Amino acid sequence: MEKINVSMKVNGKDENLHVEPRTLLVHALREHLEYTGAHIGCSSSHCGACTVDLNGKSVKSCTIFAPQAEGAEILTVEGIGTPDKLHVIQEMFKEHHGLQCGYCTPGMIMRSYRFLQENPNPTEEEVRFGISGNLCRCTGYQNIVKSIMAAAKKLNEEANVEKKEIA
Amino acid sequence: MDDVKTPSSEERKSALSGLGTSRKRVEDARFTQGKGNYVDDIKLKGMLFGDFVRSPVAHAKIKKIDTAAALALPGVHAVLTAADLEPLGLHWMPTLAGDKQMVLADGKVLFQGQEVAFVVGDDRYAVSDGVALVEVEYDELPVVTDPFKAEMEDAPVLREDIADQKEGAHGPRRHPNHIFTWESGDKEGTNKVLDEAEVVADEMVYYHRTHPCPLETCGCVASMDKVNGKLTVWGTFQAPHAVRTVASLISSIPEHNIRIISPDIGGGFGNKVGVYPGYVCAIVASIVTGVPIKWVEDRMDNLMATAFARDYWMHGKISATKEGKITGLWCHTTADHGAFDACADPTKFPAGFMNICTGSYDIPVAYLAVDGVYTNKAPGGVAYRCSFRVTEASYFIERMIEVLALKLGMDSAELRSKNFIKKEQFPYTSALGWEYDSGDYHQAWDKALEAVNYKKLREDQAKQLELFKSGKSRKLIGIGLSHFTEIVGAGPVKNCDILGLGMFDACEIRIHPTGSAIARLGTISQGQGHATTFAQILASEIGIPASDITLEEGDTDTAPYGLGTYGSRSTPVAGAATAMAGRKIRAKAQMIAAYLLEVHDDDLEWDVDRFVVKGAPEKFKTMKEIAFASYNQAIPGVEPGLEAVSYYDPPNMTYPNGAYICVMEIDVDTGVSEIKKVYALDDCGTRINPMIIEGQVHGGLTEALAISMGQEIAYDEQGNVMTGTLMDFFVPTAWETPNYETDFTETPSPHHPIGAKGVGESPNVGGVSAFSNAVHDAFKSFGLTQAHMPHDHWRVWKIAKDLGLHN
Amino acid sequence: MIPSAFTFYKPDSIEKAVSIMKDFGDEARVIAGGHSLIPVMKQRLTDIKHLIDLSAIEELKGINISGKSITIGAMTTQVELITNENLFKTAPVIREASLQIADPQVRNLGTIGGNVANGDPANDMPGLMQLLDATYKLSGTNGLREVKAREFYDGAYFTAREDDEILISISFDAPIGGYAYEKQKRKIGDYATAAAGVILNVDNGVCSSASIALTNLSDTPVYCDEAVSMLTGKNIDDNLLSQATKSCVEQSDPVADQRGPVEFKKYVAGIVINKALKRAFERS
Repeated sequence: MEKINVSMKVNGKDENLHVEPRTLLVHALREHLEYTGAHIGCSSSHCGACTVDLNGKSVKSCTIFAPQAEGAEILTVEGIGTPDKLHVIQEMFKEHHGLQCGYCTPGMIMRSYRFLQENPNPTEEEVRFGISGNLCRCTGYQNIVKSIMAAAKKLNEEANVEKKEIA
Repeated sequence: MDDVKTPSSEERKSALSGLGTSRKRVEDARFTQGKGNYVDDIKLKGMLFGDFVRSPVAHAKIKKIDTAAALALPGVHAVLTAADLEPLGLHWMPTLAGDKQMVLADGKVLFQGQEVAFVVGDDRYAVSDGVALVEVEYDELPVVTDPFKAEMEDAPVLREDIADQKEGAHGPRRHPNHIFTWESGDKEGTNKVLDEAEVVADEMVYYHRTHPCPLETCGCVASMDKVNGKLTVWGTFQAPHAVRTVASLISSIPEHNIRIISPDIGGGFGNKVGVYPGYVCAIVASIVTGVPIKWVEDRMDNLMATAFARDYWMHGKISATKEGKITGLWCHTTADHGAFDACADPTKFPAGFMNICTGSYDIPVAYLAVDGVYTNKAPGGVAYRCSFRVTEASYFIERMIEVLALKLGMDSAELRSKNFIKKEQFPYTSALGWEYDSGDYHQAWDKALEAVNYKKLREDQAKQLELFKSGKSRKLIGIGLSHFTEIVGAGPVKNCDILGLGMFDACEIRIHPTGSAIARLGTISQGQGHATTFAQILASEIGIPASDITLEEGDTDTAPYGLGTYGSRSTPVAGAATAMAGRKIRAKAQMIAAYLLEVHDDDLEWDVDRFVVKGAPEKFKTMKEIAFASYNQAIPGVEPGLEAVSYYDPPNMTYPNGAYICVMEIDVDTGVSEIKKVYALDDCGTRINPMIIEGQVHGGLTEALAISMGQEIAYDEQGNVMTGTLMDFFVPTAWETPNYETDFTETPSPHHPIGAKGVGESPNVGGVSAFSNAVHDAFKSFGLTQAHMPHDHWRVWKIAKDLGLHN
Repeated sequence: MIPSAFTFYKPDSIEKAVSIMKDFGDEARVIAGGHSLIPVMKQRLTDIKHLIDLSAIEELKGINISGKSITIGAMTTQVELITNENLFKTAPVIREASLQIADPQVRNLGTIGGNVANGDPANDMPGLMQLLDATYKLSGTNGLREVKAREFYDGAYFTAREDDEILISISFDAPIGGYAYEKQKRKIGDYATAAAGVILNVDNGVCSSASIALTNLSDTPVYCDEAVSMLTGKNIDDNLLSQATKSCVEQSDPVADQRGPVEFKKYVAGIVINKALKRAFERS
C-alpha cells in the first residue's frame, strides 16, 4: 500500500513521517520516532498503557491511525520531565511506590498529567474515576492513587508560590 | 584521629538503608521517564518480525496448509510450518512437566489459538497480511472441554501421538486422555477416620481456569550471529538460565554459544516461566534468515494460548469431632491440563505442592490424589502468582473449613482457632509430609479478629440480615475469613528440580576498589524491585550503603546460574544466596582488617560497616578502607580483590502465612457486590522493605479480587474461547478496586540466613479465599454451602435465585 | 491485531465525503472517533479499502441550543457532551449517560455520531436517542433527509442509513421533567448488562409525558411505547412504576453472553428500569 506523509509535533519537535495510512499512532511513536515510553498492553483500547496527550487530551494511541493525528501536538512521557528535573507526578510515583513492573507507568503518568489539569483538586474517588481507563496488574492502584493525590497537593503548592511571586 | 565525631552505630546503620527500611526503588527513575527497556523496545539492525497463523477451531485434522499466497506477498520472507521444523527435530518440544508439545501443528490442532504456521516479514504490518493469506484446511473433530467427559469410554482421543502409551512421565495412564495419577498421604488411614467420624463434610470445590495476564504479553528477539556462531535471545523469561539450558538441549547449539537476556519484564505472575512456540519459531527463523527476528504476541494470543492457571476440580471430605476438632482430610482432584501437560511444576510434583492442602491446621491424617486429564483447551497450568498449586490447595482447605463449620453449626473463626498448628509444634510435619518451618497462627488470628472488631462485624451482619428478612433491604453482608499457609522458596535440590535442574539459586558479589559493589543474581525481577531489596540485604551484611550497590540480573553470560523468579522463590533462595555471599565477603574482609590493624582475626568484631578491635573502639577499618586495601596491599596468604559467590541450596521451603478478612455487601437482585473492608495480615518472616511488601500485598489482593469476582478463561462446548479480550477477561480498574488495610506479624524463618520467607504471592493465595468466603458467608444462613467462582454478577444472582431469594 | 491496508481520506466538506462514499460503495467507511471501528478493523472482521476521516469537516461539530431545540453535530465527542454546561442545563440526562460510557480516554475521542450510527446495540447513545425522540439528519448522494431515531435501527449493525450516507447531526427538543440513566456493567469500560433511560414529566402526581428506552437488551435499542402509554395521564405510584417496569422487560429481548444468561439479564433489566423510573420520578 502507498505510503503517505504525516507530520505532527511530538514533545515540541516537528516530525515528518512517511508511513502506510493504517499505521497506528502507537507504532508511529514507538517504532518510527523511537519514543518507546508508550506501551502496548491490549491493542483494544482497554488497558491505557499507550496513553499519550494529543492536542491537550488523553488518548489511547493504539486506537488512532497516524494520519488521524496529522498536525497534532503530541506529548509523551518522555516529554514531561528531564532526568535532572522530573515532573512532579514522576517524582510522586517514585516517592509513593506508585509503580512496580513499570509497564503501565508511562500511560498512567500521562493520564495523571492531563487529569490533574482537568481537575487540580480531586478527591480520591475522582482520581479513581479519572484513571479508570488505565489498567495496572501490579500495584492494586492504592499507591498510584496516593501518588496522584500527593502530586496534586504539590502542584498546587508550587502554583501558589508562583502566584505569590508574581504578586 | 581527626576531630570529626564518628557517627554512632545507629546513625551508620541508618545510612546503609539496609534490612527493614522502606527504601525508595532504584528502578523507578527509568520507568517513570519511559526509559524502561522491555522486549518490544528492542530494535536491532535488519530485524524482521514473525507472527503466527493460529487455529480457529479446537480440534481438527489439518488437511492442507497453503503458504503460496503469503509467500508471494512483498515483505513476507518466509513461512514456517511443522514440515519445515521436522528435519531439525523442532516441530515438537519438551514441556516442563515431562510431556511434549507441538511447536507448530503437526497434522492436527488440539485447541483454539494453537500455533499452525509462523510468518516472517519486514514488519508487523506485512506479517499480519501474510498471516491472513495462509490457507489452512481443517477437518473438524469432536471436541472435549469437560475433564470428566474426557475420560469417558467414547471420548475422542486427543493425543493420538501417545494414545497407546500406558506409562506417562508420572506413572501409569488409564485412558488415552489421562495424564497421571499422583497420590500423597495415607489412603486407608484417612478412609478409616472418615468412616468412623462423628461429623463429615463433603464438597466439590472448583477453582476455575484463569490467566496471569501480565500487562506486557510474552515475546522475544532472537538473533543468530552466523559469524561467531552465537545465539542471543532477549525475551520475557522468568527463568533465563533454565531457558538457555532448554534451548541448548533442544536446538543442539552448545550452551556456551547461547546467551539469554531478560530485559525489563512488564509483570510475569507465572505467565513467563514456560517455553512457548513463539520463542522456538523466532530462534529457528533467525537461523534460517540470518537476521534477528522479533515475535511479540498480542493480548488475544496471550489469553487464548499462553499459559492459563488453575482449572482444578477438588472433591473434598473433612471429618471432625462434634466439638470441632478436625480428625482427617481427603481430597481427590481432577486437573484439567488442556492439550499438552505444560504445567510449570518441579519434576517430582506433577500437581505442584497441592499436598499443602492441609493448610494451617493440625490434621492427623490426610490423603490426596490428583488425576491430570487432557482436554481441547490451551496448555499451561502455571503458578499464577503462587507457588505451584498452593492457591488451589489453600482455597480448597479454606472452603472445606467453612463447609465443616456450617455442618458443625460453629463459627468458622473459632473452628480455625481450635485447629491451628500451635506455635510450640513448629517445626511441624504435616500429614502429607511437609515440614512447616515457623509460625504463630494464633497470634496472627487474634490480632486480625481484634483489628476488624470481628464480634461487631457479626452483629452488623445479623442486623443487616434482619433488615433483609423483614423486606427493608435487598442487601446482605458477608464476612470472608481466610488463614493461609504458603509453601514457597522451591527449593531443596534433594526434591526440587525442573527438567533435572536443581532449584538452588545464586549470587555473585564484586566489591570495587572505592568501596562500591555489584551483585549479580540468577533471578529476574518483573516488578518486585530486586535491585532495591537485594541491595538492602547486602547493605546489612557487608556495611556498604544500598545506594552504592548495583544489582544485575537476567543476562546468562554475566549472572550466576539460578532457576529464576516465580513461586516466591527469589527472597527465600536468591535472597539467602545474597546474604551468604555477603558473609563470605565479610569473612575475607575480616582477615584483611586484621592484617591492617595488626591484630588476630578473632580480636575483631563487626560493627555495622566496619571491623573494630574488641575493647578498643577507636581502632577500626571500615568496609570502604578494607575494599581499597584488598586491591593495593600484598597481604600474605590472602588473594587480592574482594569477591564472593554463593550457590544456595535451601535446606527447606519457607512457609509464609497470614490472616485475611473481607467484608462484602451483596445486592441479591443485581448480583453486584461492594467490598466494604479488606484487612490483610501477613507474616513473611523478616521484613526487608515494608514499603515494597505493602505494594506486593495491594497488588496480589487485587489479582485475588479479580479472580474471585469475575476473571476467567471460559470456553463454549465447541472449545471457543469466550474471554479473549480485556472487555470479557476481568481486570479491575482503579474504580472497582478498594483500599486495603495491611498489617503484619514477624516470625522469622529459622533456616533462612536472614529469616525472610517471601511475600509476593501470599495476597493472591490468601485473598481468593477471603473474597470467595465472603460471598458464601453472605448466603450461608439461607443454606448455601458451595458456589463456584468466579462470583460475577450473574453467578451471584443465581445463588440468590436458587436459594429462593427472588420474588 | 493489525488492520488490512486502506486508502485514507480527510475531506473538509460533507459533499466531498459523500462523493468518496459514492465512488467506493461498501468498500468505504467513515471514521469518527474510531473506538468501535478500529478494534474491529484490527481483528480483520471487516475489510475496508477506503477510510474517510470526518474530523476536518467543521459542519459536523458543535452543540447548538436555541430555545428548546438542541442540535448536536455528529463529530461532537462524548467529553464535549459531558462538559458543555448549557447542554447540561437543558438536557442533563446526556451527561449522566455519557459519564457511564467507556473511560476518560475513549470519551475524549468517541463521538455521538459514531456511537449512534454504528448500530451496535451495546452502545448507549442509540438508547438515549430513543429516549429523547431524536431526529438524525443524514446526507447522501440524494441529498439531505431526516430519520427518527426510533425508526433508524433495524437490527444489530443494520440501520436505515444508506451506504453513501453520512450522519451529520442529531436534534431533539429539551426534555421536560425528571430524568435518569441507569446502567449495570461489570466494570468501567464494559458495555451494559442492562441499561435504561427514563424521562418523566409529572404535574401534581400525574404523569403528563414520559419516555423510556433500553440499551443492550435487544438487537436494537428499545423504545418502551407500551410502558409510556401505561404511565401517561396516570397518577404515579410504586405500583404503577412496577407495572411499567414489567411491560418494559416484556419488550426486551436480550441475548446470552459473558455477562450472563437471558433470564438474568431480564431480571436485572427489571431492577435497572425500576431504579431509573423511581429516580426520574423523584427528580420530576
